[in-house]
Amino acid sequence: MSMDANRTPKNRQGDADCVVTEKFIRTVEGRCIPVRGDDIDTDRIIPARFLTSITFEGLGKLAFFDERFDQSPNRREHPFNDLRFCGASIMVVGRNFGCGSSREHAPQALMRNGTRAIVGESFAAIFADNCCSIGIPTLCLQKEDVCWMMDAAEKNPGATAKISIQNREIEFCNRTLPFQEDESHRRAFLDGRWDAVYELLEGQKDADRVAAGLPYVSLGRKPG
Amino acid sequence: MGKTLLEKVWAAHSVRPLSGGKTQLFVGRHFIHEVTSPQAFAMLAERGLDVRRPDLTFATMDHVIPTDCPKRPFPDSVAEKMAAELEGNARKKGIAFFCPGSGRQGIVHVIGPELGISQPGTTICCGDSHTCTHGGVGAIAFGIGTSQVRDVLATQTVAAQKPKVRLVEVAGNTRKGTCAKDVALHIIRTLGVNAGIGYAYEYGGSAVGRMEVEERLTLCNMSIEAGARMGYANPDEKTVKYFEGREFSPPAEVFSKAAEYWKSAASDSDAEYDDSVQINAQDIGPMVTWGTNPGQAICVDENVPLPDGLPESGRKAAQDALRYMGLEGGKPVAGTKIDVAFMGSCTNSRISDFRAAATVLGGRKVAKSVRAIAVPGSEKVASQAKAEGIDEIFKEAGFEWRQTSGCSLCIAMNPDKLSGRQLCASTSNRNFPGRQGSPSGRTLLMGPAMVAAAAVSGEVVDARDFV
Repeated sequence: MSMDANRTPKNRQGDADCVVTEKFIRTVEGRCIPVRGDDIDTDRIIPARFLTSITFEGLGKLAFFDERFDQSPNRREHPFNDLRFCGASIMVVGRNFGCGSSREHAPQALMRNGTRAIVGESFAAIFADNCCSIGIPTLCLQKEDVCWMMDAAEKNPGATAKISIQNREIEFCNRTLPFQEDESHRRAFLDGRWDAVYELLEGQKDADRVAAGLPYVSLGRKPG
Repeated sequence: MGKTLLEKVWAAHSVRPLSGGKTQLFVGRHFIHEVTSPQAFAMLAERGLDVRRPDLTFATMDHVIPTDCPKRPFPDSVAEKMAAELEGNARKKGIAFFCPGSGRQGIVHVIGPELGISQPGTTICCGDSHTCTHGGVGAIAFGIGTSQVRDVLATQTVAAQKPKVRLVEVAGNTRKGTCAKDVALHIIRTLGVNAGIGYAYEYGGSAVGRMEVEERLTLCNMSIEAGARMGYANPDEKTVKYFEGREFSPPAEVFSKAAEYWKSAASDSDAEYDDSVQINAQDIGPMVTWGTNPGQAICVDENVPLPDGLPESGRKAAQDALRYMGLEGGKPVAGTKIDVAFMGSCTNSRISDFRAAATVLGGRKVAKSVRAIAVPGSEKVASQAKAEGIDEIFKEAGFEWRQTSGCSLCIAMNPDKLSGRQLCASTSNRNFPGRQGSPSGRTLLMGPAMVAAAAVSGEVVDARDFV
């Protein structure tokens, strides 16, 4: 699969889940979808009643469910319901996006809905780590650049943004915006190590040595 | 130069630096529950990996459990499937599983410290954001996502970014009628819901020193609502005493040695912090939230803020929140009618919380218009409440006293849910839209005595008038 094919997910309207399959994530290209507001919590991204499952499958179509539908359920006004943004893969968000519950279901829902990168003012720590674990870069811009990008995306819903993880910049609508990214996330994407388990397994001997040196691991009763 | 608890515990558990700048951190205690672990076990199986340290992994069931009827199979077939999955995984991998009826089951963040598993100076992970609760005993405890649950299961380590440390010093004496929940909400209101990003919060100062361990657990529980992935209070003599006689505490012959380690983990008096803020304990009163995040909180005797009077950055959010809540700026929050009262959750479901509420409820009745639910945080809390006659006080007042412990109405992934636009006075931790199970349901966060007082009055009132 070519990188571009992977970067033009189709699931904005409830098609089958599409997950990230690439190992190395050096660039992300796609159209932008602005989701305005600060402190958007993971309960809003995926309400708890949809967590009653033993897999992440099918979460894509449920992203922002209670914001997108009333109880009838009729569609409400929401960018994820807006046909202009159908197929857009780069979310543009405000401050403290993804706060609250640690549920990985939230980034899973966004990824499975077609999100391949999230650009915003700031991100909750657990949410950003969860995104990294599944191959979704979270990139921080200055507030004024976020506002500009949201407005530009509204005016030019067909315009493509090009994100360079290597150069830490986004090209969009004839502007180049520098972004901040957690360096450990950046290295993980560039080195193809965003799935951390293998690197952790390499440190197993060291881990056993550290465990043996801890004063408490050997204290206390064994669970029975 | 001295060190903070975070620096000491981090150094002791550091396995090695990872290529991207994170630390491979050894995890001393790993808790798992039915919502965020089944997918992690599936990922392990997909990759042919096994559980590295089942002896340091502990399972309980709390989110989906029906607290009014614990009989298996659960009426909800999906909940039953999640429970069975957890049970099966624990059995297959040799992980201790605290099932309902074992006398040890409960909300994961209640039973960890209560059983003596979550000890000072340890690192603790769980696929749940309120893992920061365990910091109340002086542990470095933080929530992780499911992929990281997989990592910890496979390696007993996690890739973690060392946070900066902000000292939140609560100086002076808290006023009578002010509880740990009020301190937490006041801090979040003052610093903001996103100020803690990148930080661990160390709670210090004389007011925290005077708190009992259960109060510190409540305080640390709300760290994540301030944006801080972890929060802790330094272990002291109270902490050591708390661990005496607990099931998984170090046995008598090594207890004093363990206690020495615990106390040595506390931040040094000359430790340097990345940031510090001082909160005056005297400024804190019984708190109530008026909006849709925990920072939108005021003292019960204040008026709901007028959005125009707020800083520009918070104005739009305040307008949206007031519209959702159906509250009016400039009017007192006291007198707001409630439909439901909820006593429970990992924030406020320990025995001291029920004792505080019982002092308000004794001899009083829940208002006719209110449905009141009390859910003990663990089987141990339930049996202690029974021994003290607290369950009877709740029942006589008109509360539904639940037999089984679980998250109940805090997350509403179980039969307990608000309906329609019901307004709930709740001891839980999140007043997000839809959080309590109805997409238009509304939540007012407050402490246990305040919820009890609201339950009997049918509206928000100052609990200090009741004791």
